[in-house]
Amino acid sequence: MNIVFAALSGLVFGLGLLLAGMANPAKVSGFLDLAGRWDPSLALVMGGAIAVGLPAFALAKKRTTSLLGLPMQLPQSRRIDRRLILGSMIFGIGWGLAGICPGPALVLMGSGKAEGMLFVAAMLVGMGIFEWLEHHRNNAS
Amino acid sequence: MTLDWQHFTPWTSLAGGILIGLAAAGFALFNGRIAGISGIVGGLLRPVSGQTSWRVAFVAGLVIAPLLWRSLAALPPIEITASSWLIVLAGLLVGIGTRYGAGCTSGHGVCGLSRLSGRSLAATLTFMAFGFATVFILRHVLA
Repeated sequence: MNIVFAALSGLVFGLGLLLAGMANPAKVSGFLDLAGRWDPSLALVMGGAIAVGLPAFALAKKRTTSLLGLPMQLPQSRRIDRRLILGSMIFGIGWGLAGICPGPALVLMGSGKAEGMLFVAAMLVGMGIFEWLEHHRNNAS
Repeated sequence: MTLDWQHFTPWTSLAGGILIGLAAAGFALFNGRIAGISGIVGGLLRPVSGQTSWRVAFVAGLVIAPLLWRSLAALPPIEITASSWLIVLAGLLVGIGTRYGAGCTSGHGVCGLSRLSGRSLAATLTFMAFGFATVFILRHVLA
């Protein structure tokens, strides 16, 4: 059952990205271009998502199990450390370079865009590099 | 700053955002998890028993979304201006950065801000700032 809900969540998420314009890299770049002709649309994407998310996560935080009886696994860390900031900086640069982040990349791939497949392949390599570095770091310490 | 009224899409963007919020809310309430795409994809690279099928299902849902859309209506416009090498560089940085920083626009941006997490707020402000700065340099300094 949790697999059905995961697929459904991914599907609705993807349809939302398409409708919102987030799956269009040119629109994302238009939002990130504050000094040019700025398209504020994506602020409304975030606003709409958070408006729905706020009550849902308030409810989720109070529960120890999900509605399907699975353990509630929300992040517990509150640490604002070098990893969080440095990683977010690197992500922000990559996001700005192409106007693509992980969710829209998968939607682009599904839409049959070669650039989507190229981006996802490079992203997987990047994630693999992270795993490799982590593995070596953990073995060294 | 001048506003781009020609491309401004308040209602579809708001509606799309609400759908994204519903997906993240449903995933938290039913599956007990954060709909953080980079974390869901990244977790597939170091598989844990029993944690693979739901990840694959979520990713499949995202990939199938444009196929379902196209079976009902024409896909909205998708314009990609970045060159292939820039796409590769961007993908690499997004892959490393989202894993190192433990999240992206979905995990930190949508879910983290909805949970009122200070950690996610710091991450979101950081990647937004660097996204703005990168586009500024690309479009107004280098171009």
